[in-house]
Amino acid sequence: MPQNADKVIDHEMLFREPEYQELFKNKKENFEFNHSDVKVQEIRDWTKSREYMEKNFARDSLVVNPAKACQPLGAVYVANGFHKTLSFVHGSQGCVAYYRSHFSRHFKEPTSCVSSSMTEDAAVFGGLNNMIDGLANTYNLYKPDMIAVSTTCMAEVIGDDLDAFIKNSKQKGSVPAEFDVPFAHTPAFVGSHITGYDNALLGILKHFWDGKAGTTEPLTRVPDASINFIGGFDGFVVGNMREIKRIFDLFGADYNIICDPSEVWDTPTDGEFRMYEGGTTKETVEKALNAKATIVFQEYCAEKTIKYLKEKGQEVVVLNCPVGVAGTDRFIQAIADLTGKDVPDQLIKERGRLVDAMADSQAHLHGKRFAMYGDPDQLLGLTEFILELGAEPAHVLATNGTEDWAARVQKLFDASPYGAGCKAYPKRDLWHMRSLMNVEPVDFLIGNTYGKYLERDTGTPLIRMVFPIFDRHHYHRFPTWGYEGALRTLVMFLDEYFETLDANTIIPGKTDYSYDIIR
Amino acid sequence: MSITVEDRKAENKALIDEVLKAYPEKMAKRRAKHLGTYEEGKPDCGVKSNIKSLPGVMTIRGCAYAGSKGVVWGPIKDMIHISHGPVGCGQYSWAARRNYYIGVTGVDTFVTMQFTSDFQEKDIVFGGDKKLDKIIDEIQDLFPLNKGISIQSECPIGLIGDDIEAVSKKKSKEYEGKTIVPVRCEGFRGVSQSLGHHIANDAIRDWVFDKTDPNKRPDFVSTPYDVAIIGDYNIGGDAWSSRILLEEMGLRVIAQWSGDGTIAELENTPKAKLNVLHCYRSMNYISRHMEEKYGIPWVEYNFFGPSMIEKSLREIASHFDETIQANAEKVIAKYKPMVEAVIAKYKPRLQGKKVMLYVGGLRPRHVIGAYEDLGMEVVGTGYEFAHNDDYQRTTHYIKDGTLIYDDVTGYEFEKFVEKVQPDLVGSGIKEKYVFQKMGVPFRQMHSWDYSGPYHGYDGFAIFARDMDMAISSPIWGLSKSPFKKKAA
Repeated sequence: MPQNADKVIDHEMLFREPEYQELFKNKKENFEFNHSDVKVQEIRDWTKSREYMEKNFARDSLVVNPAKACQPLGAVYVANGFHKTLSFVHGSQGCVAYYRSHFSRHFKEPTSCVSSSMTEDAAVFGGLNNMIDGLANTYNLYKPDMIAVSTTCMAEVIGDDLDAFIKNSKQKGSVPAEFDVPFAHTPAFVGSHITGYDNALLGILKHFWDGKAGTTEPLTRVPDASINFIGGFDGFVVGNMREIKRIFDLFGADYNIICDPSEVWDTPTDGEFRMYEGGTTKETVEKALNAKATIVFQEYCAEKTIKYLKEKGQEVVVLNCPVGVAGTDRFIQAIADLTGKDVPDQLIKERGRLVDAMADSQAHLHGKRFAMYGDPDQLLGLTEFILELGAEPAHVLATNGTEDWAARVQKLFDASPYGAGCKAYPKRDLWHMRSLMNVEPVDFLIGNTYGKYLERDTGTPLIRMVFPIFDRHHYHRFPTWGYEGALRTLVMFLDEYFETLDANTIIPGKTDYSYDIIR
Repeated sequence: MSITVEDRKAENKALIDEVLKAYPEKMAKRRAKHLGTYEEGKPDCGVKSNIKSLPGVMTIRGCAYAGSKGVVWGPIKDMIHISHGPVGCGQYSWAARRNYYIGVTGVDTFVTMQFTSDFQEKDIVFGGDKKLDKIIDEIQDLFPLNKGISIQSECPIGLIGDDIEAVSKKKSKEYEGKTIVPVRCEGFRGVSQSLGHHIANDAIRDWVFDKTDPNKRPDFVSTPYDVAIIGDYNIGGDAWSSRILLEEMGLRVIAQWSGDGTIAELENTPKAKLNVLHCYRSMNYISRHMEEKYGIPWVEYNFFGPSMIEKSLREIASHFDETIQANAEKVIAKYKPMVEAVIAKYKPRLQGKKVMLYVGGLRPRHVIGAYEDLGMEVVGTGYEFAHNDDYQRTTHYIKDGTLIYDDVTGYEFEKFVEKVQPDLVGSGIKEKYVFQKMGVPFRQMHSWDYSGPYHGYDGFAIFARDMDMAISSPIWGLSKSPFKKKAA
């Protein structure tokens, strides 16, 4: 009997005990009727071959382990970035259960969101009644200042019209006529979570700037000196948004963060549950129309929004999620240019410290090969930083990336000797990545929690920099943006490098001559 | 100072009245039917169930797809399960239930992978059947050791009228009778994940049992002691810590449904002498079918906590001869010292602690005995997706005056916990952080908070330790800030 009250053993060790090993053997031999170990090994080896890679890249219908989620997830993210706003997803309720779980597993925080719980009858007759009752319930129970509506694929396939439904609901008295219910159509079969971010953000801006769905006069832009900041879908938002605000504050700039979920996913444990915390206020959204310019960190999260901002007459500065020295320089220079202020000494010092740290450690990362996947803008930023470190971003893969995005990554490769032979892969998934890593191996992988399967399959250490991260705690509390964020990112790279080196040199009397104290 | 049962009932009533006040009147009437207090001697818990959730509230429920792919089909390890439709559903349910298995992932085993048809706009407009046909070819090409394929329909499939049954038949023929199973588990069907379980069970009946040649495996020779574990998803290894007890009793477990399960095990199950059913809600359908069609009796069992394990082992043994019955006693006796040591260690720290539960499947009732073995008391419980028969079965476990909440909303649950002030809440990830912020210890009772197993004797030791670590953590003493503001 393996279990023991004095030292209770978990699943990790329990099932290695002889009783259980015997049980597994018996089950496999007598009941599973599966392939022989020899056959399994043969196929396993084959899946790591160049021949398999070619077959794998030839598929055009099956998707295996994609690195993207669906639109409404991005919409829920956006709603969480506004003050006292409850996200309302019109469609089948299971989706909302998934979004809430997904965010809670990543941030280790509650995530509030409601559904209109459409079922078969709504599929036949449309979901209007669900909207009418749903808005009334949401308004009465959770007392938000705003309800941000988005859709699931179900509501989109049957063609529910949000604008008409919301107007109808207001007429029926679900919520007061003047209550803010911005909306966005976010079909899950178009784009990915970053498309949903774009649509939902645009929905909120349009609502406030263009006359609240025809109920008030559109706002008139009266240009002022302020700067808007739009961060995009970001798994590190808690640390990053705080860092962005600190940088703006160091400049003494007048700025408006549009969509800031950093507080709602970072509430204290002090005896009280806060359903709403922080977030961009309505006043800020309205004021933001007047801004001189908007800095957009993630272009592919805001394609439609950027177009709209430009139409309103704002200057738009697009930065593609800068990480590292040159990228952050561009961000800091943009603030300096837009505010007409000098770059604060503090930031110049921080820049120098980052370069100092890179210089101290460059020998360890120089020439190392990285495979990475994630959202398109993130990868542009990381690619640039890795090149800055003298390392090679060998495979850069985005399931939700376009050909245009790949061309831009290629441009970064072309501008650096370390980019030679590196390649960007738009519209590919993590099973393609597995082939790449087996056939053209790298030293490190940058990705999310799902990357651990690639780590195991290919023996490549994983650095978790991409949403979602379920199996490590608290990364999101630290920034990856700005000079401070780049420093943290550098440390993540280095930690993984040193851990790997130690693990590789740890066998006493065999490999431990390199098990060094000083590195 | 302990309150009387009558006091508690009055308190529950006041509490329910209070939460209902927050709803619009029509909705309060609908919710009122789902909240109540168990009255001893009544045949059920006095609440309505398996009814549509209110729109616009934070229901914790999932959908039919979650019930079929996430629960029933997903853990069958040597099949490839296609999330057929847009990318999201498969992505969010990817490896989230910790259905442990042994196998070489990506080669002969596929549980922790996400296979999707990743529907695009053109698939919605023109239909996805051709794409599905192609996907099956690509699967055969790239994953040649797969033993079967299931097609888990997401919402759009049913809405646009794709004929996935026809595709399945055609492809099965093309691949020499390969098991290819279309499952109509679109998320909008039914009121919760529960219908997904039922649909998934029916798909096994129609597309596995009815299409399998009973003489497919001449090597498989039945014995009088053959049983199948039904309705254990092997979360954190639960089915293994259950299976070991059955085998120690001298029974032969010929199949596990569906945690660590294989298609061969499913196909051979109709040769079992007894089906032992753990999660009644998700797999009573197929158990009843096997009883009707193949004459296999089934028996429910509960492997949470020594009292229930003992009872269940004897019950299972009672379907067999005296050797097995004697063996059951031996198994009980063998584990007794370990169990007594676990109880001696943890009971003094947990005695009298109050627990509120809100989970799915069978756990809102089955785990109560395990808490009671540790001296704890369950004062409130409810199900995400129970039917009336679950609430009947619950009466065997709960005490007079227990607060009952069916399909509880986020709002109600929060108010209930605030008022009842339990020492522990056992529920899911969406609830976890809400209550921890409030300073209430919490365990995820869907996923065992990434621990486990909790089933069987080995699992009970882990369960006891986990409840103690949750409740006795020094963290809860730190949550209130010690700083006082100076008067202005």
